[in-house]
Amino acid sequence: MSSRPIVTLDGVTKSFGSFKALHETSFSIGEGEFVTLLGPSGCGKTTTLRLIGGFELPTSGKIGIAGQDVTQNPPYRRPVNTVFQDYALFPHMTVAENVAYGLTVRGSTVARSDIPGQVAEVLDMVGLSQMGGKRPGALSGGQKQRVAMARALIRKPRVLLLDEPLSALDVKLREVMQVELKRLHRELGITFLMVTHDQTEALALSNRIVVMEAGRIRQIGTPNDLYDRPFSPYVADFIGATNLIEARYLGREAEFDVIALPGGAHLRRKAAGNGGFHPGSTVLIGIRPEHLRPAGGENLLQGRVVDTLFHGDSIRLEFLPDGANQPAFAQLARGASLGAEDLMPGQPIRFAVAPEDVMLFAKVAA
Amino acid sequence: MKQLLWWQKGMVGFVFGVLAFLYLPIVVLVVFSFNDSKVTSFPLAGFTWHWYQAVFANTQMLTALKNSLIVALCATGLTLTIGTLAALVLDRHEFPGKGLFRNAILLPLSLPGLVTGIAMLNFYKQIGIPQSLTAVVIGHATALLGVVVSQVMARLAKTDHRQLEASADLGAGPVETFFRITLPSIRPAILGAGLLSFTLSFDEIPVTYFLTGRDITLPIYIYSTLRRGITPEINAIGSMIVLVSLLLIILSVGLLRDRK
Repeated sequence: MSSRPIVTLDGVTKSFGSFKALHETSFSIGEGEFVTLLGPSGCGKTTTLRLIGGFELPTSGKIGIAGQDVTQNPPYRRPVNTVFQDYALFPHMTVAENVAYGLTVRGSTVARSDIPGQVAEVLDMVGLSQMGGKRPGALSGGQKQRVAMARALIRKPRVLLLDEPLSALDVKLREVMQVELKRLHRELGITFLMVTHDQTEALALSNRIVVMEAGRIRQIGTPNDLYDRPFSPYVADFIGATNLIEARYLGREAEFDVIALPGGAHLRRKAAGNGGFHPGSTVLIGIRPEHLRPAGGENLLQGRVVDTLFHGDSIRLEFLPDGANQPAFAQLARGASLGAEDLMPGQPIRFAVAPEDVMLFAKVAA
Repeated sequence: MKQLLWWQKGMVGFVFGVLAFLYLPIVVLVVFSFNDSKVTSFPLAGFTWHWYQAVFANTQMLTALKNSLIVALCATGLTLTIGTLAALVLDRHEFPGKGLFRNAILLPLSLPGLVTGIAMLNFYKQIGIPQSLTAVVIGHATALLGVVVSQVMARLAKTDHRQLEASADLGAGPVETFFRITLPSIRPAILGAGLLSFTLSFDEIPVTYFLTGRDITLPIYIYSTLRRGITPEINAIGSMIVLVSLLLIILSVGLLRDRK
């Protein structure tokens, strides 16, 4: 985060009855960032967004927006606007009336005569200039999405909150809207805070991702950070796919950690930072499917082919590492140096892994 | 259209028979209101406006009509205000005894008017509300709460609560959100419940009978004059009520269709 913070959460918690939806959480978002709260349903990401929007009040802690303590403020006294998951358009108003709503409320400083011009401008920005007279009921999902964006943006919020904005759209439309979101963020320079459970969406759009699980933040970082240096198996598996294999830590040799694979073979990992593993302890190693290269040589992961799936541009190979009880996957470029007979189920196969592509995690008792 | 089997034809015929049995009496009432004869029986004796003139000359009947209208209007207004507020509270807030309250508010509707009437008479005497049209208004408004609360609640259950959050998010306070988002969404239910309440209150006899003082309403007036037989005057005012009811129904259907 390079710029000054626009949203800060300081020790915020939220309980619903005896259920703790959000454990003590602190983080801040910089002005102009595109930040994503990512996690499976029930991880507290939507609760966090609703706390910032003012739809829920925190059980404890402080929330600041644009340098102001808004912890107890209702939604209509916060400089943020929200794009709701199901859009929540007003069905009894036209598109133009929906969009104008935020300017016609009591306390709005915009002159009545300026409203039509601003509505036209915002509708044009989201590509709906012809739709002003229609009712929300007559629009497609993608158009409703755009109206919801326009309605929120016309208030010129300091932060735009987006609650799973693309989840109701089909795959093709979702990709179009992703590009659109990115364009709006770039052109408007407003801070975007988006909630999603879709990791590809988070990776594609965000400057930074906040990965959450069970009401806690697991890791905050840029998409590259999270992909290359996940702190935990959970993050490793949630951001992109990761093969997790239980192994035994043997010790450090020069700049490498040495790990004994379940089949007995040794694997080297380029040691990074802390280490802190006891020789003899059980650990999890993580290797991304695209980092497995079918080849001989040093640092090998060996196993037997279980099955192959043709994916068009690539082949997904399922194999059982020697001594492991769960299959792992490799993603191979089409036409890789393997013949059809090498991919028959039951065939032995080996992969070379670069020491810097091996991730190492402490095994946490489930 | 497909040829109907003999038993299907029979069922269609039965439905038309039921409809005729429902509406023929009303047609007969209207016909007799224009019949130039003092007795309400066939054969018809020719056309006249006389009975309508008689209605407008009958001050007692006009006063009763006026009382009925005042009672129905006031009771409807009161019950709509309180009922809508109650529905909003029931919809939005959780509190102990909510389920009981929701069911209890419907009870007066299903109790015989006789029971409600006597009970209210007793209770109002205890707390010092004298027998009067005011007492009738309060009685009707109370008994009709169930209609309004159930209708408005059903409508509220169907509206998306996110819309209220969206309104707040866009800068509107609770009052503005109510008038610009909630009210438009429950307007059809309020209108429907209002019309139904008005009709129920307008022709209500038992509760009115117990709670009114010296003032009488139209149904009670008609009931009391019936001892002298059905006069063509009653047919005339009955026909006028049918006409007004019809206009109200057309009006409400038109109003409700425009939304959505």
